[in-house]
Amino acid sequence: MAANEEAMKYVWEGAIPLQIHLHKSEVASHPAPPPALVLAPRIGYLPLLVPLIKPYFKDSLPPGEDSIWFDYKGVPLKWYIPTGVLFDLLCAESERPWNLTIHFRGYPSNVLIPCEGEDSAKWNFVNSLKEAAYIINGNCKNVMNMSQSDQEDLWTSVMNGDLDAYTRLLPKLKMGNIEDEFSRKESLSSPVSRQGGGTEIDVAGQVKTARIPVRLYVRSVSQNFENLEDVPEIDTWDEISYMNRPVEFLKEKGKCFTLRDAMESLLPEYSGDRAQTSGEEEADGSQETRGEIKLVRIQGIELKLEIPFSWVVNNLMNPEFYLHISVLVIGPQR
Amino acid sequence: MDSAGEVVNDGKITLEGFTVAARAFADKWKRHNLSFPPWSWIPLINRTMLKKEEGYLSLEKIIILSSLEESAEEESLDVTADWSEKEESVDLTVLVQNVEDEAHYYDYHIVYSASYMVPMLYFRGYSSDGKPLSLDVIKRDLPSSSVSLLLESKWTFITQEEHPYLNRPWFKLHPCGTEEWIKLLSESSSSDGCQIPVELYLVSWFSVVGQVVGLKIPREMLI
Repeated sequence: MAANEEAMKYVWEGAIPLQIHLHKSEVASHPAPPPALVLAPRIGYLPLLVPLIKPYFKDSLPPGEDSIWFDYKGVPLKWYIPTGVLFDLLCAESERPWNLTIHFRGYPSNVLIPCEGEDSAKWNFVNSLKEAAYIINGNCKNVMNMSQSDQEDLWTSVMNGDLDAYTRLLPKLKMGNIEDEFSRKESLSSPVSRQGGGTEIDVAGQVKTARIPVRLYVRSVSQNFENLEDVPEIDTWDEISYMNRPVEFLKEKGKCFTLRDAMESLLPEYSGDRAQTSGEEEADGSQETRGEIKLVRIQGIELKLEIPFSWVVNNLMNPEFYLHISVLVIGPQR
Repeated sequence: MDSAGEVVNDGKITLEGFTVAARAFADKWKRHNLSFPPWSWIPLINRTMLKKEEGYLSLEKIIILSSLEESAEEESLDVTADWSEKEESVDLTVLVQNVEDEAHYYDYHIVYSASYMVPMLYFRGYSSDGKPLSLDVIKRDLPSSSVSLLLESKWTFITQEEHPYLNRPWFKLHPCGTEEWIKLLSESSSSDGCQIPVELYLVSWFSVVGQVVGLKIPREMLI
């Protein structure tokens, strides 16, 4: 547990230095205001920074009502994606400080979900937590049964980056455990019944299939590259596919489900040189060459694929129990 | 895998089951709901991360006129599920063939949720010039029961979220309780416990979910 707590501490303390510029069309003062410097928590969300940033710019704004949003090199930033994930995804080569532009007008509602500040960020968190609970526990009763004040406190702990408060509240959340490969040695002796490739059930009646909430973000580039600095800049969100995908794996005796196994189940079309399992797929005679996974990043770390997946989940997930994986691939040539 | 002939008995459905149920639903709709355009199955081919059977059902450009007049309900548009015994006092939705100034267009997509293992309804509204309708405007087109539920649970009933395949803001009906009431529905409607044939899963589901957005299905579809 101690190692787990240490990793969690790193995740919670992770932050990205931002240099935020007011968009030039919204500068109504002379001279233009200098950029604002803010340290943005990786597990946080951009709307939560607004109370810090707004005072810097409020005297420079033209009259009108605020509807705040950010962009990076012209790409509107989705506020419901944790800030650390946005950085990992949009900056192949890390840029520090990260130069973002803030807008107080002209909300691009065709691409961004409307944002009502902290309330929106909070409910985005709670709804994601519910979905994660459904994947892990098979229902979201544990979140629904949490009292309003405990739910509120849980959110506040995330908003303030207060890991101690969060850890204190976790037992009340009653989220199912994802066993570490290392910590389940004593249970290995228990016999496991197997029913013709279906789900495994152990003697105690517990389903041994683990379902892990994963949000996968895949950026596909067409040209191979040597260094990360050669990766072209992103133009639009259309270059990125992302989706909530539960990863399922069976706990098999003596076998370790690794991050590579997880990536192969998430992105079978990029799964290296393994033989196709289904004859049907070979028969359709497609001539395409396989794509290649170039980079797998979680919490800003480029991970080796041999790491046990349960370790990755337990140590690097976000506070809403989702593991956010950013992947850079060279697309298959079709 | 062929899922035809299977039953769903825990309220949840697999992706394969969903694709079977979707086609069965679209077929029945076409046979019994002649006043509406058909649902079409949109396959998602050659997309990163997606299994090859993945896709969604789509019913688009449905015109809804805001009207406060009581409209004579057609027999075929009767409320079928037993969840709502009482008549809507005001039926706000009238389907018309002609385009008029105040017409609101609606697109509905039925998408499979791998997280919840149930279908989810996404929708969006727009005016004749293509401009998206805000939730405040959409409210006027929703049945009054949905509007009051919206007031009670602003963040957990209908919210704007990204369409999982189109990645644009759409309205989504939260699926959290779906599995529960599907189970209840199947217990009350079938004699052999709580089982639904896979082919009827989406029909049962839509008999409840459709009403939230004012779309009713004819009784014949449930048989």
